[in-house]
Amino acid sequence: MTPTRGQLFLAYLRIGLTGFGGVNAWARQLLVEKKGWLSDQQYAEALGMGQVLPGPNALNCAIAIGARFHGAAGAALATLGLLLGPMAVLVCVAAAYDRYGQLPLVRAVLTGIAAAAAGMVLGTAVKMAVKLRPTPLLWLTGALALALAMLHVPLPLVLLGLAPLGIWAASR
Amino acid sequence: MSDEGDIHALVLTFLGLSLISVGGGIAVLPEMSRMVVQEHGWMSQLQFAKLFALAQAAPGPNIMVVGLIGWHVAGAAGMFLAMLAMCGPTSLLAYGFSRLQRREFPWLKRIEKGLVPIAIGLIAASGLLLAEGTVREAPPVLAVVLASFVFVWRTARSPLWVLLGGAAFGAAVL
Repeated sequence: MTPTRGQLFLAYLRIGLTGFGGVNAWARQLLVEKKGWLSDQQYAEALGMGQVLPGPNALNCAIAIGARFHGAAGAALATLGLLLGPMAVLVCVAAAYDRYGQLPLVRAVLTGIAAAAAGMVLGTAVKMAVKLRPTPLLWLTGALALALAMLHVPLPLVLLGLAPLGIWAASR
Repeated sequence: MSDEGDIHALVLTFLGLSLISVGGGIAVLPEMSRMVVQEHGWMSQLQFAKLFALAQAAPGPNIMVVGLIGWHVAGAAGMFLAMLAMCGPTSLLAYGFSRLQRREFPWLKRIEKGLVPIAIGLIAASGLLLAEGTVREAPPVLAVVLASFVFVWRTARSPLWVLLGGAAFGAAVL
């Protein structure tokens, strides 16, 4: 089933506005399970491409899916749908933060949320690592990336050094 | 530094970040904090962690933290331009690639497989850096970091619960 342009835009608007903690899981649920516009396999391929190309995953994925249905117009509509809602919310959040960010209660709540978000990112990393079931060499690649990033080594250097190792390790 | 100079630096920073952001927004977070906190001194590590938390608590792609950093440095124009720099060029690339993709690219799969462990390592580093910023400010929140870590790792429930829990802890304890 092919969505119309309007349906595509509205679907991404909804994904953007409901997507708490990253939108990929929400996008898959709506596009694959609820609407049936894409098969699991098709969605996974779009997401895989979004992850390997530079740029935000969720956005790259939306562009590939929009383009698949309606070419350049579809890509533009999916992009706008995905970003417009969150941008509008963000303007309000940023303005509120400027105004109330220094109140003791707000500071305390935000520090609590920041700590939770940090733990969430760590949990996601471990979940991904366990799911991947990496070989020892791939473990080493990931561990080196972690260590170098913690030592504040610039990312271009990390990628230049580790990408060949990772690709070599993955193709063995 | 003048506002205009800041906007220039902002656009260049995020343009550069976008081109090396393989593995998504969170994988590039350590580099983002290195640029934003250390290179340009736009904010402290704790402020960075808080802006990330705000972006996580609001709906939308993880990359929205870029908009908040832009706002912090140069207001609404900064928000818009930082997002455009982070998303514009790579969007065109993604579009070009999706048009090409009428056939399979086996080499792309192999590159992806090799990059995924790097991305995971970088995501773990992001978590540690964010945790460092918050725990240094308020040591009791280490409990929140650990609880949230276990919750997200071991359950499939919405991460929103974790953020709500963190907010409640902050309000009650800090």
